[in-house]
Amino acid sequence: MSDERSETEAPRPTEQPIATSDEERGKRSVSKEDKKAEKLKAKAEAEAAKAAAKAEAEAAKAAKAADDDDKPRLRWKKKELPGGLWLKCEACGETIYKKTLLKGDLVCPSCTFHFTVPGTERIQMVLDEGTYHELAADLEALDRLNFTDSVSYAEKSRRTIERVGLKEALHLGTGEIEGRPVVICVLDFKFMGGSMGEVVGEKIALGCELAAERNLPLVIFTSSGGARMHEGMLSLMQMAKTCAALDELNRKGGFSICIMTNPTTGGVTASFASVCDVTLAEPGALIGFAGPRVIATTLKQELPKGFQRAEFLLTKGQIDAIVPRKDLRHTLARLIDFSERAWSEGESA
Amino acid sequence: MSEPSQSNKSVPSAGMAFERPIHELEVKLNELVELSQGTNLDLETEIGAVRQALAKQMAETYENITPWARVNVARHPDRPVTGDYVATILDDFIELHGDKVFGDDAAMLTGLARIGERRFMLIAHRKGTTIAQRLACNFGCAHPEGYRKALRKMRLAEKLRLPIVTFINTPGAYPGIGAEERGQAAAIAENILAMFGVRVPILAIVIGEGGSGGALGIGVGDRVLMMEHSYYSVISPEGCAAILWKDGERTPDAAEALKLTAPDLMQLGVVDGVIKEPVGGAHRDRQKAMATVRDTILSELALLESVPIDELLAERHRKYRHAGEIPGRFPSVEELDS
Repeated sequence: MSDERSETEAPRPTEQPIATSDEERGKRSVSKEDKKAEKLKAKAEAEAAKAAAKAEAEAAKAAKAADDDDKPRLRWKKKELPGGLWLKCEACGETIYKKTLLKGDLVCPSCTFHFTVPGTERIQMVLDEGTYHELAADLEALDRLNFTDSVSYAEKSRRTIERVGLKEALHLGTGEIEGRPVVICVLDFKFMGGSMGEVVGEKIALGCELAAERNLPLVIFTSSGGARMHEGMLSLMQMAKTCAALDELNRKGGFSICIMTNPTTGGVTASFASVCDVTLAEPGALIGFAGPRVIATTLKQELPKGFQRAEFLLTKGQIDAIVPRKDLRHTLARLIDFSERAWSEGESA
Repeated sequence: MSEPSQSNKSVPSAGMAFERPIHELEVKLNELVELSQGTNLDLETEIGAVRQALAKQMAETYENITPWARVNVARHPDRPVTGDYVATILDDFIELHGDKVFGDDAAMLTGLARIGERRFMLIAHRKGTTIAQRLACNFGCAHPEGYRKALRKMRLAEKLRLPIVTFINTPGAYPGIGAEERGQAAAIAENILAMFGVRVPILAIVIGEGGSGGALGIGVGDRVLMMEHSYYSVISPEGCAAILWKDGERTPDAAEALKLTAPDLMQLGVVDGVIKEPVGGAHRDRQKAMATVRDTILSELALLESVPIDELLAERHRKYRHAGEIPGRFPSVEELDS
C-alpha cells in the first residue's frame, strides 16, 4: 500500500462536505466535540482501510499459493505420490492406494472427501462411454492487454497449454448421460485455476446457444477461482456475456443444471454458475463469492466451522441439493427426464 | 501536510502524491491571498502569476495522469458521491427502501427521481459523506440485500415504464459471513441475468470506483458511461499486485496493467462513453462535475427512450454477448461442428 492512498484517506476535518440531504444537513451542525470524535473515527477509518487492503493482499497471496502453476494442489497427481502408488487424503490424512482412489471416482474411501476432478476425467465419469464430442477445442486465450507480471500472459498461457495439454480452461461438447443427449461444459481447475477469460466465457455462451439450437439440456460443471485477471475488464465482461446467453436460453425454454464442485468462487459463482435452473453441489465443495481467507482477514475473526462448504450453503438455502459423486450420473439422468416438457413451453422451439 | 489554514477559504488538500506540484502552488497562492488581505499590500500581479502557473500545472498534471493516480482521484474523499448528486442535480427524489425480504442496505440507494420533466428510477451505490454514514454504508460495499433491493426497484421501474439510471461507485461487493450466507454471488448473478430482460432503458454511469462484480451487479446497461477519472476493474490494483507481483509496492504497475481507466476501456470496447470532468478532477469543481452528469443523463435518456424497447433489448443482448470481442475471433454456433 503506497502513501498516496493513505493520504487520500486521511481526514480533513476543517472542510465541511457539501450538503446532500435533509438528514445530512441536520448532521452538519457539528459541535467541537463531535468534530473531535469524527477526527478519531476518521483515523480509525483510515486504519481500517489500510488493514483491509493488507488483508486483501495477504489473502490474495494465500490464494496465489493455492493457484500457483508450479504447485499443483491436486495431491493425487502422480508426481506427488511416493513411488506413484500412494497418496494422502487432503481431508483426513489417510494414506490411499492410488488405484483404489481412481476406481472410486476420486473420492477418499476413508472419509469420502471429494478430490477436485480434472475436466477429462470428469467427462469420463459423467458421460456414457464414447459419446463425448468435443467442440471449439482450439480456442486459445489472447494477450490483449499485453499483461506482464513475471512473464507475459501470452507466455504464461503458452506454457500452461504445453504443461497441461489443454488449450483453455473449459471443455465444451455434446454427449449422453445414461442415453440422454446433453450439451456439457466442464471447467478445468488445472488450467490457470479454472479462471474465466474471454475463451471460457465464449464457450459457455456457445454452450447455451447450442443447447437452444438442438433443444438439449445444458449441464455445467464448475471449479474455478473466478475471473482471470490477466484479461482485465474483458474477463469481468464474461460474467455479463454468460448471463446474456443463459437469459436467451431461458427465453427459448431451455433447461440448465450447474454442478458446483470444489472450489467454485468469485466471478464464476457470481454469474452463470448461480443462475442455472438447478444448482447442485458435490459434498464438501467450497463455494462462495469471496474466498474464506479474504473474509477471515478482513473481519479479523474466525469463520464458522464448515463456512462456505456445500453443506453450509444447503442449510442457508443457497443450493438445491448435494449429490455424492457416485450418484451424480443417475441424478442428472433423472433430472433431465423431468425437463421433457421444457422446450414446448419456450417462445420458439 | 499543511496545517489547516486559519482563513475560511477552501484549503488546498495535502493531496495525492502526484498532485504535489499543484499542492505547492495552491499553498503559495493561499499565502499570498491571505497576506494581501491582512495587510494593504497590492499583490495582484504576484497572485495573478501564481494563478496562471497553477492552472498550467494542473492542466499538465492531469493531461499526463497515470492509471494509479486516476484510481486515487476516483477514491478522493471530496469527490461527489451519490448523496451529493441526489441533493444537487435531482429536482425530486423519493427514496424507496428495502428489499422487502431481509433488510435495507444503506450501501445501495434506490428511489424515484426527477430532473426537470424527466422521471426515472435511480439505483446507486452509496458511500456516504460523513464518517457515520460511511461506516453505515460499509464504504460503498453492498450486501446481497442491496442487490436484491436494486432488482426489486428495477421491476417497479419496468412496471411504471420508467428508465433506470444507475450510479456505480463501489470498491466491491462486501466480503463477509452474512453476505456469503445470504448468497452474495447469487444476488449479483441474478441481477446481471435479470437486467437483460428489464423492459426499460438502462443507463449506467461509473461515478467513482467500479469494483468488479459488485459494480456489474447494477452495471448492465444499454449505455455504460465512465466519468473521466473513474476506474472499472476486475480486481483492485492492490489485490492484483499482491497476487501477481507478491508486492504491494507494485500497485501502480498493477493499475497500469489492468487497463482500468475510461480511455483504455473505450479502446477495449467495454464501455460506451466518457463524461468529461473539470480540469483537476470532479473534487476540484464539484458543481460543474455534477452539472455535466445531469446534462448527460438528460441527453442519454432522451436518446434511449427514442428507441423501440424490443430493439433496445436485442441490442443490449448483442452488445454483451460480444462484449469487447475482436470481430470474427470466435465461431458462431452454426459453425461449431464444422
